Amino acid sequence: MAEYKGVIVYGELINGKLLSITTELLGGGRNLATALKEDLSCVLLADTVGETPKEAIAFGTDKVYIVEDPSLKEYQADTYIQVVEKLAKEISPRIILMGQTSIGRDLAPRLAFRLGTGLSTDCVDLSIDSETKLLLQTKPVYGGNAQAIFTCESMPQIATVRPKTMSPIERDNSRKGEVIPIKVEIDMSTIRTKVIEKVKEEVAGIKLEDAPTIVSGGRGIGGPEPFKTTLKELADVLHGAVGASRPPVDNGWIPEAMHVGLTGKIVAPDIYIAIAISGASQHIAGCSGSKTIIAINKDPEANIFKEANFGVVGRYEEVVPAFTKKLKELLAE
Amino acid sequence: MPGVNMIVCCKQVPDPEAPPVVFKVDPATNKMTLPPEVKPVIGQYDEFAMEAALRIKDKAGGKITILSLGNKLARDVVKKTLAVGGDELILLEDETFEEGDSWSTAHALAMAIKKTGEYDLIFCGRQSSDWDAGQVGLGIAEILGIPAVPLARRVEAVDGKVRVERVIPDGYEIVEVGFPALITVTSELGSLRYAALKGIMAAAKKQPIVWKPSDIGLEPSQVGAAGRRTKLAKLFQPVKEAKGEIIEGETPAEAGTNLAIRLREAKII
Repeated sequence: MAEYKGVIVYGELINGKLLSITTELLGGGRNLATALKEDLSCVLLADTVGETPKEAIAFGTDKVYIVEDPSLKEYQADTYIQVVEKLAKEISPRIILMGQTSIGRDLAPRLAFRLGTGLSTDCVDLSIDSETKLLLQTKPVYGGNAQAIFTCESMPQIATVRPKTMSPIERDNSRKGEVIPIKVEIDMSTIRTKVIEKVKEEVAGIKLEDAPTIVSGGRGIGGPEPFKTTLKELADVLHGAVGASRPPVDNGWIPEAMHVGLTGKIVAPDIYIAIAISGASQHIAGCSGSKTIIAINKDPEANIFKEANFGVVGRYEEVVPAFTKKLKELLAE
Repeated sequence: MPGVNMIVCCKQVPDPEAPPVVFKVDPATNKMTLPPEVKPVIGQYDEFAMEAALRIKDKAGGKITILSLGNKLARDVVKKTLAVGGDELILLEDETFEEGDSWSTAHALAMAIKKTGEYDLIFCGRQSSDWDAGQVGLGIAEILGIPAVPLARRVEAVDGKVRVERVIPDGYEIVEVGFPALITVTSELGSLRYAALKGIMAAAKKQPIVWKPSDIGLEPSQVGAAGRRTKLAKLFQPVKEAKGEIIEGETPAEAGTNLAIRLREAKII
């Protein structure tokens, strides 16, 4: 039987740079590797990885396995899974970490079932049990109403990690590491799904993930219009972006790209303003990392007030315009 | 045209829309306890999966078989899938199916699907509404060796193929895949339709088929808690301190003004 050793991070890159989830995973993975006294490595799949191996080393990895192939230009489950399955079998790591991203959500379950091992998705904390050396995998369950800690005795132990729950180490360009190119023959005959078209649903203005302030609306907003007027005006004053909880998205008031929550975007802005949002656990899961949460809701019993640092009880149609007007004055001073 | 042969996997869960305060973990048993007023429902994402199958049946015709795994499943809950237009309901129902993880659940469902015989499309919700793992659908596809398209927001069957709009960051992609295939469905697809009275009456007369582990060729040691790959070490609820400061005013508008002043004082803006 193979010996399972080390921690490996599945890295994601875009336009020649690592995604922030990858540097976060390297930070979290570094702690696990140190606790185990084993190596941290990173795998990178792309048509061309560019400077990202150096970046991964600067962010704490000891080894970088790279697979470059023209067929890896865009993520495609049937091509990527063969490469990742082969790497996992060759490297036989003790732990595999992926981001709870579009790719990680798709790739991790496929990989776990192919390798015959367990997986915990959407983890918010990972640590090593000092006695058993097993990975303790903490994840929110019941829509965020509780947390569970899982272990898995079959190897490798696989976890996907929620963005913005782990911290990257400080970048150090002088760190040394090893880059190991790996050639994988990709069997194109196993590709069963065909992508006909990719459609971007552009959202004007600042992207949610990058916005320092987010003004979100919920079911209580009542329709699409106020997102473009009342909420937008407030967001503009604070140079922020407009978001929403799930009901406005499901009702078609605003596009999915603006959805903050467990199944939408996980954000952590400086200021998060929740307007007419009841505060269901699955929404809180998407914004609980914010520095300051401000709630405006007419229902004093709304769960959102338990999460908020500041709150106003009242109809948003009356509260928000006055709030926006006063902010404008204060910020002009 | 013979129509499309479909399977929908539906999980019975405690109503996820219940207010957060009623969710209480019993530390002695490591289990979630819920008061009786929290009724079981079909997982919200599984309802979207059921709707996806019904829309295909509306257009192309065919048959929908619903699979549900658990123990002591409430008949009025699982029969909702028949009332809205499902054709057959198979329950994997036994106490040994309880307390499974994604691994043991996907295996049992895959074995049951094999036993049903021919199928064109399998639908699952993107994730369950209790454990939120999002693994079972993709796991079933791996075990059966068929392609899977996750996070569908629109599905259409044409000429032995299925065309799926699948949600990706900042947009969607249109994917085409031949039968058989597995599709997981996300909330943007739209809510499950209401049952018509005729459907409810017809469903009341239908009896679900019940399968035990031995009916799908599995030993009790391979299913539920015994068949798990992951072990639940602890279930807990992080303690939350009420930290909020409520800003008041004579009128809602004045409270809004005062909020801005307070944020400036606190150097937040």
